Amino acid sequence: MVFEKHRDTIEDLLSRYPVKRSALLPLLNLAQREEGYVSEDAMREIADILDITLPQVFETATFYTMLSLKPIGKFHIQVCRSLMCALVGADDLLAGLRTQLEPGADGTTADRQFTVSAVECLGSCATGPMMQINDDYYERLTREKVGRIVSDLRQTGDCSLKSGPFMIPERTDAAGAGPP
Amino acid sequence: MKTFEKILLRNMEQPGYTGSLADYERAGGYQALKTVLGGVSPADVIETVKQSGLRGRGGAGFPTGVKWSFIPKDHPGPKYLCCNADESEPGTFKDRQLMERDPHQVLEGMAIACYAIGAQTAYIYIRGEFRLGATILRRAIAEARQAGHLGTNIYGSGVTVNIHVHEGAGAYICGEETALLESLEGKRGKPRTKPPFPATHGLYQKPTVVNNVETLANVPHIVNRGGAWYAAIGVPPKSPGTRIFCLSGHVQRPGNYELPVNATFRDLIEELGGGMRSDKPLKAFIPGGASAPFLTPEHLDVQLDFESVARAGSMSGSGGVTVMEEGTNMVWVALRLMEFFYHESCGKCTPCREGSAWIVQILQRILNRQGRQDDLQTLLDICGNIGGRTVCAFGDAEIAPVQSTLKYWRSEYEALIAEADVLATSRKAIPVLSV
Repeated sequence: MVFEKHRDTIEDLLSRYPVKRSALLPLLNLAQREEGYVSEDAMREIADILDITLPQVFETATFYTMLSLKPIGKFHIQVCRSLMCALVGADDLLAGLRTQLEPGADGTTADRQFTVSAVECLGSCATGPMMQINDDYYERLTREKVGRIVSDLRQTGDCSLKSGPFMIPERTDAAGAGPP
Repeated sequence: MKTFEKILLRNMEQPGYTGSLADYERAGGYQALKTVLGGVSPADVIETVKQSGLRGRGGAGFPTGVKWSFIPKDHPGPKYLCCNADESEPGTFKDRQLMERDPHQVLEGMAIACYAIGAQTAYIYIRGEFRLGATILRRAIAEARQAGHLGTNIYGSGVTVNIHVHEGAGAYICGEETALLESLEGKRGKPRTKPPFPATHGLYQKPTVVNNVETLANVPHIVNRGGAWYAAIGVPPKSPGTRIFCLSGHVQRPGNYELPVNATFRDLIEELGGGMRSDKPLKAFIPGGASAPFLTPEHLDVQLDFESVARAGSMSGSGGVTVMEEGTNMVWVALRLMEFFYHESCGKCTPCREGSAWIVQILQRILNRQGRQDDLQTLLDICGNIGGRTVCAFGDAEIAPVQSTLKYWRSEYEALIAEADVLATSRKAIPVLSV
């Protein structure tokens, strides 16, 4: 049971909407967070919770690019490839990451730690090239920074180079520092 | 450039400002909501916003007060406000900053909008990638509820406003207002045919207003200082106010810059952005996000308002200005943007779904030196069959990069086709889509 320990969260979610199905995307996001991907079991449970059919869950899940229906690596590295990042070196960043991590044909490394994907605009066009790893943004990337991020994540599961609240151009005082 | 007063970025540019409720209140926050709930009628709030001339900041530029006034006043059931925070237009990153740095400014605007249209429930539809923004907004909502700025019976006025954060899961099209509503209802994000418009048949078929983050952030200031004050800034009467322009690409200082819209692209790119990043001169710029046709250095003195940009042959759209230096391959640029549109087409309308794939294939083969003599005419034909023939504005948006690069840099396309291997042009092989 994917959602058993999230009963309170689900109750809270359902209370926000007059129509149950509105909680579908939040539940799919929750399932992905819980299991690392959206499993068929999770979709069946969601269908039961929302009183809709499995195909209704499936048709929605397959529309959204953030939802993965297959297991992926522990860290999902999504590199923005859209024009604004491409103008400032996104293609080199992506090629470098692929050389460094050597993901297989499915984008995931043999040790299942990293999945590398090229994605469309993530909304940080002034701080490219950039990537998102799980919940966090990493911006103004250089080869050295990427190396440190990957090794930090391998060793500690976290990296201090991730972005804080976004502001560009940044303020100069300590509270105003934008993306590192 | 003349000096001017910033409205939306003013708080967050103060040293030490964190965006907390305490900071926002110290800067005069929630005064507008107090004023409104203290005895201004909803009709008068709408009238003030109408008088300000505020226009939507998401891309279409529809007058906000007029949009609010379309909500039927005598409707018996619930009405809804949706804040469109699905900021996904390539080149645009202003809403992210407004939400992460000054979330209460957005929330106060939403609360006032809810009161004006008679909605008790509002949703912030934020793109799923903005996890940090969603977390910051949730924290801010909890703070505001605790302090009595949101929730039931706000300030003892009997007015109820509940705001919920709803995270998307990766789909550009959900920034289109009816696709956003479909997505919020738990379905695939496919735009609805209009009419009926959301004002009468929106979320759950109830009267609904969908406003962009930046639009709503302006509302508290308009209430505090009056519609006439706002209407006098920028280019009255049609394009009043300031806007946040998102500068990206080959410039020295990319970033978010708030400007009155009577400033020019030269002010933005050369003065605020510090000009080009290297000694290569400007070749092209996009004035309003990926959906806007390209402009050239001769358009640098065009004003930033909706009408001036339209007269120059493009659109001010979402305010995303992307700059490209000399040496940038414009066929590659068009391809990169088309790959975005191909990836993001929702698939509802055939011209957009199939046409975007065909355009990507043709641009790929031109770039790969396999172009054919008739390819440019084919591109224009396909564009002509997409524009105006789709349910939403996506179709018109996706042809802009191709049509405008063909208009200004046709010779680059022709040179690539001329380089094509003679044997290759007679091959019938269809390039495989690589995106």
